[in-house]
Amino acid sequence: MIDYSILSWLIWLPIAGGAALLVMDAMGNKACRQVALLVSIATFLLSTQLFTHFDSTTAVMQFQENIPWIEAFSANYHLGIDGISMPLIILTTFTTVLVVLAGWQVIQNKTAQYLASFLIMEGLMVGVFAALDAVLFYVFWEAMLVPMFLIIGIWGGPNRVYATIKFFLYTFFGSVFMLVALIYMYLKSGSFSILDFHMLSMTMTEQVLIFIAFLMAFAVKVPMWPVHTWLPDAHVEAPTGGSVILAAIMLKIGGYGFLRFSLPITPDASHELMWLIVFMSLVAVVYIGFVALVQQDMKKLIAYSSIAHMGFVTLGIFLVFALLDNNGSVEGAALGMEGGIIQMVSHGFISGALFLCVGVLYDRMHSRQIGDYGGVVNTMPVFGAFMVFFAMANSGLPGTSGFVGEFMVILASFKANFWFAFLAATTLILGAAYSLWMVKRVVFGDIANDNVRALEDVNAREFVILATLAIAVLLFGLWPEPLIEVMHASVNNLLAHVSVSKLPVPETGVALLNAVQP
Amino acid sequence: MTIPLSEFMLLAPEIFVLSMACIILVVEAFVGTKLRHISYVLSQLTLLVAALLTWNMLDTERVVVLGGTFIHDPMAALLKTSIFLITVGAFVYARSFHTSSGALRGEYYVLGLFAVLGTMVMVSAHSLLTIYLGLELLSLSLYAMVAFDRDSPVASEAAMKYFVLGALASGMLLYGMSMMYGATGSLDLGEIAQALSEPGQNSMILIFGLCFIVVGLAFKFGAVPFHMWVPDVYDGAPTAVTLFIGSAPKIAAFAMAMRLLVDSMGSLSVDWQGMLIIMSVLSLALGNVIAIAQTSIKRMLAYSTISHVGFLLLGLLAGTTEGYSASMFYAITYALMAIGGFGMIILISRAGYEANQLDDFKGLNDRSPWFAFMMLILMFSMAGVPPTVGFFAKLSVLQAIIHVDMVWLALVAVFFSIIGAFYYIRLVKLMYFDKPETQEPLAVSADMRMAISFNGLLVLGLGLFPGGLLALCASVLA
Repeated sequence: MIDYSILSWLIWLPIAGGAALLVMDAMGNKACRQVALLVSIATFLLSTQLFTHFDSTTAVMQFQENIPWIEAFSANYHLGIDGISMPLIILTTFTTVLVVLAGWQVIQNKTAQYLASFLIMEGLMVGVFAALDAVLFYVFWEAMLVPMFLIIGIWGGPNRVYATIKFFLYTFFGSVFMLVALIYMYLKSGSFSILDFHMLSMTMTEQVLIFIAFLMAFAVKVPMWPVHTWLPDAHVEAPTGGSVILAAIMLKIGGYGFLRFSLPITPDASHELMWLIVFMSLVAVVYIGFVALVQQDMKKLIAYSSIAHMGFVTLGIFLVFALLDNNGSVEGAALGMEGGIIQMVSHGFISGALFLCVGVLYDRMHSRQIGDYGGVVNTMPVFGAFMVFFAMANSGLPGTSGFVGEFMVILASFKANFWFAFLAATTLILGAAYSLWMVKRVVFGDIANDNVRALEDVNAREFVILATLAIAVLLFGLWPEPLIEVMHASVNNLLAHVSVSKLPVPETGVALLNAVQP
Repeated sequence: MTIPLSEFMLLAPEIFVLSMACIILVVEAFVGTKLRHISYVLSQLTLLVAALLTWNMLDTERVVVLGGTFIHDPMAALLKTSIFLITVGAFVYARSFHTSSGALRGEYYVLGLFAVLGTMVMVSAHSLLTIYLGLELLSLSLYAMVAFDRDSPVASEAAMKYFVLGALASGMLLYGMSMMYGATGSLDLGEIAQALSEPGQNSMILIFGLCFIVVGLAFKFGAVPFHMWVPDVYDGAPTAVTLFIGSAPKIAAFAMAMRLLVDSMGSLSVDWQGMLIIMSVLSLALGNVIAIAQTSIKRMLAYSTISHVGFLLLGLLAGTTEGYSASMFYAITYALMAIGGFGMIILISRAGYEANQLDDFKGLNDRSPWFAFMMLILMFSMAGVPPTVGFFAKLSVLQAIIHVDMVWLALVAVFFSIIGAFYYIRLVKLMYFDKPETQEPLAVSADMRMAISFNGLLVLGLGLFPGGLLALCASVLA
């Protein structure tokens, strides 16, 4: 085991680095970039320790830290991770390194603040995944909005102010109701510990209301249809780095929320309202898939594709109830949930990579319109190869990480209900259609205009970024075993938890029992 | 009736502030123009010494002295200490305002000290008369402060409005108090509480009295529908005065509500709870919605105050110790945020130009990233976004209100705070996303720079470690 508080380090090192950057603003952009890169790489290397020291045989929270924080609320500074949060933390630290690199030359305006925002953001996101106390979780969850708000608003595109305010208000709207639910559960359980919430017994009405409060928070974050409309705006206007963080990690926080809160705390309500989530997920997969097809703006297309893919995540997560009903075994139900989690990680790589690809093009041509491109492969062969590869991965090509998650979820939905599977499988067609059609129009064909003719291929920095992601996508596509292995115990534990009703023992039953006793 | 000397010891801070205020008034009249800053220095010293004196009395027991008119308890000690410290901050900002507007006026500090004395009397009042005495001392000082800039028609109008409406509210309060006196036969809050808890009261008179008292209180808080004066006074008064009105008197109003509603009329809580619910919901709704339409930052903050008062009332109406301590935390931290917010307005004002428009904040990040960051913290704190203290203030109030099974009220409150978030982040947008209208560097004096930084970092620091203050607020009520 690790004998220092590694999770605190992972949270506070980047935040301290970000604060330092704000102070050393005057030392010039170059120094700031180097410090930011150093901090982000250090954080990433540190986070790999989580993987190497992780005990995948147990579902108990690991690397725990627990010190009293606010005694008035009996809130503790309680951190700890299991097999579900650990991969997401490493994904966060990994992506941040790439994002810092991606902004290397592009961001010349207020560079220190830009890098600081991302580093602070990184710490806060790790905090969200590691927090085991509801107040702490909420603090990280909300604080995360502030740097993202600034990132989109300061370094974004022409319509950035509208996009960022919409982003902020949407997510703020979702989360305040969650806060009310958290306080309610605190008053019931006497502590803000998330693990205590898991043990709480609540009536159906309570569960449904709490479930809806959580749904508002997490559905906005994921985002699920019909509260997804902030995402295309935010993605289009955000700078490349912002889009990458949004797509790769912030959306995952919504999915993570379902796993950490909705399912274990309100299993009966989740069961009861499964149809709603499955319906919303399938709409996202099918309808949003069609919407993606007609986009003219590359970033918008990827944004809609993200929504569709995240529909898969929520579908996989909530299918467990149908699976538990059908065969009653925890093992069978694990398939959908693990598929959902793998889809989250994989989507983190792929959507991040696609946004970076668009960023590469945008930096050169300052246009995201598909119509402005054509025949890019002729002038940028290396880039063309990467983009085609990531588009293939996005459409779920076997051998890439995109395939694993989608396949598992579709398989699980077959076991649950044929029609779920039928609708979910349309993503294979739609995903291929919008991804490959975009690639066809942008990368292939004859050189469309002089601007494209003047393009230069990726430089070393961009190559490193894209190649790293490509390796990750391939690695998890060919060999997803380590990822499944670390989460297996936690997923099974969660499912065991979910399959037990949290409804209080009916009072009539108690009365009868008492009557029987002499 | 002879009063033992030891009882006067409990009044040491009050006596000290009173005598110092008189001394400064005389000094102010006699020193030449060169030494005029001496009244500022003396006032600050007075406040700091008074804060120290009061802080040392935090552990003492609850005692009622001076024939039942004056109470000393831990709550009073904590509230007074916060009033002193908040006022120290307010005076630092005010001095910067006076320096840049070219008129260093000692009277401001003298009047401020008298107002502080008024708040102290209110905080420690244990009789209807003492409450009224403190309230009038505070109000009269404030009227004069608002009218300070006598050549400004806006300020005169504001002062006139404030005075007329304030007098009306005082009248209402007095009328309600007289009914209470008629019904219970006593001015002493303890005896009133005693009398009210006995059965067989004439509820008609009591409810009438209570209504008028609540109206008087609501006026002092600036709660809807008795808020009309707030935007005009905040906007019309010189910023240095607005800053003062928006901070310490709110804490005093909270104390007054505690003394009147909770300590003496606790047995009528079912009645005043309903009234407070209406006022609180209306304040949250109106304050947050109307603030969106403002272009003047002072008016915007005025409406924001109204919405914060709505939140503060939520804690009071919960009717539990938990709720009172949540409200107390809210009052203290709100005062801290309010002086910070108005302090920032003073900071961006230039010599001969009083900033009062939202647009004056445009591009502040380009002109001074540090101050923009401080304002960012203050705005997010007012919006209730963690990790700032504003979030924990809202959290504790919400928790208290949910604890008494008024979840719907909590939902209403959070709903309006979403609306409220809009105008706070709009200010952040102006500072960070817009280009500055002037490249003129900010001329900020060293003490102002330190005060604002301290203020902003305190809002952030208390957000990261709110435990101490929360525990303190809970302990003084226990």
